[in-house]
Amino acid sequence: MTEDERKADELDRRLKDVRQAYDKGVGKPSGSTGGNAGGGSEKLGVGMRIAIELVAGVVAGAFLGLMADQWLGTKPWLLIVGFILGCGAAFSNVYRVAQAEERRDKAERDARLKK
Amino acid sequence: MAGPLEQFAIHNVTDPLFTIGNHPIALTNSAIFMLGAVVISSGLLLVGSGKAAMVPGRIQALAEVFYEFIGNMVRDNVGTAGRKFFPFIFSLFIFTLFGNILGLVPYGFTFTSHIAVTFFMAAVIFLAVTLIGLFKHGLHFFSLFFPHGAPLFTAPILIPIELVSYLSRPISLSVRLFANMTVGHVLLKVLAGFVVALGIFGAVPLAVLVAITALELLVAVLQAYIFTILSCIYLNDALHLH
Repeated sequence: MTEDERKADELDRRLKDVRQAYDKGVGKPSGSTGGNAGGGSEKLGVGMRIAIELVAGVVAGAFLGLMADQWLGTKPWLLIVGFILGCGAAFSNVYRVAQAEERRDKAERDARLKK
Repeated sequence: MAGPLEQFAIHNVTDPLFTIGNHPIALTNSAIFMLGAVVISSGLLLVGSGKAAMVPGRIQALAEVFYEFIGNMVRDNVGTAGRKFFPFIFSLFIFTLFGNILGLVPYGFTFTSHIAVTFFMAAVIFLAVTLIGLFKHGLHFFSLFFPHGAPLFTAPILIPIELVSYLSRPISLSVRLFANMTVGHVLLKVLAGFVVALGIFGAVPLAVLVAITALELLVAVLQAYIFTILSCIYLNDALHLH
């Protein structure tokens, strides 16, 4: 067996090992994440998302109210309305994130059960 | 010892190049790192796609991983209608990713830790997505502000809430990236201060620092990913309206 043939066989063997490990383990493409993101880091991102969503809604509402107040000269009233709307928006955003997360969890569970 | 916030200071590196209005514009450390991110990522992808070998080398494999990752993300979250926007989404991801990672290099500067940078990116995405939706659906686009199947009498409450929720998108998108990067770098700096101050016992915070650096690398990649995937989701909303 020549040197080149030996190298080719070696490469074949290594490729087969990697493929097997890939098919067996976490490497299977899961669809929604492109298959690269691990479970724990995904959850960290979701937690962060919810926390910031909660703040952003209120800030956006209050800011819009404040601007409208300055424009129309109705000092505190539109700020109060904007703040309350912002709270509503924040809650609906958080609810939506949690809902989407639950849907994805369920899809993942179903996919795992099917296997 | 330098305070934990000094690392975010922007200073001119060159003399003012030109003026806009009365404001002199010079190359700052932030701008240099942005240029660095563009040059390094373009170089990497140009070298990676230059040879296009059947069996990819290291750099080509890396470029292919990036391409497939974003390709899958766009396909899964936006569908085939998103193909047109792939170059934009790809550039967005690569720029954010390299900005975050270059910030972790010692003596580096994290331009994504400035709300001016992240909010500008988020505002461009927000405006672009809104305009794309308006052009594609015309006035029908505004049905985005009324949830499907809700009773009509709830409209006076729901429409303002949905409107505020829509307008809060660029805020949450930009604050998330900015806050994560800033907090991580402040934490690193404060812990590094302990290492020096505690002398021989500084080994304990040093060990923590090593772990936190690994965590920060994860956060850098994760935040670039989240920034991009949320842009995809917003684009999907505008293209398909629920």
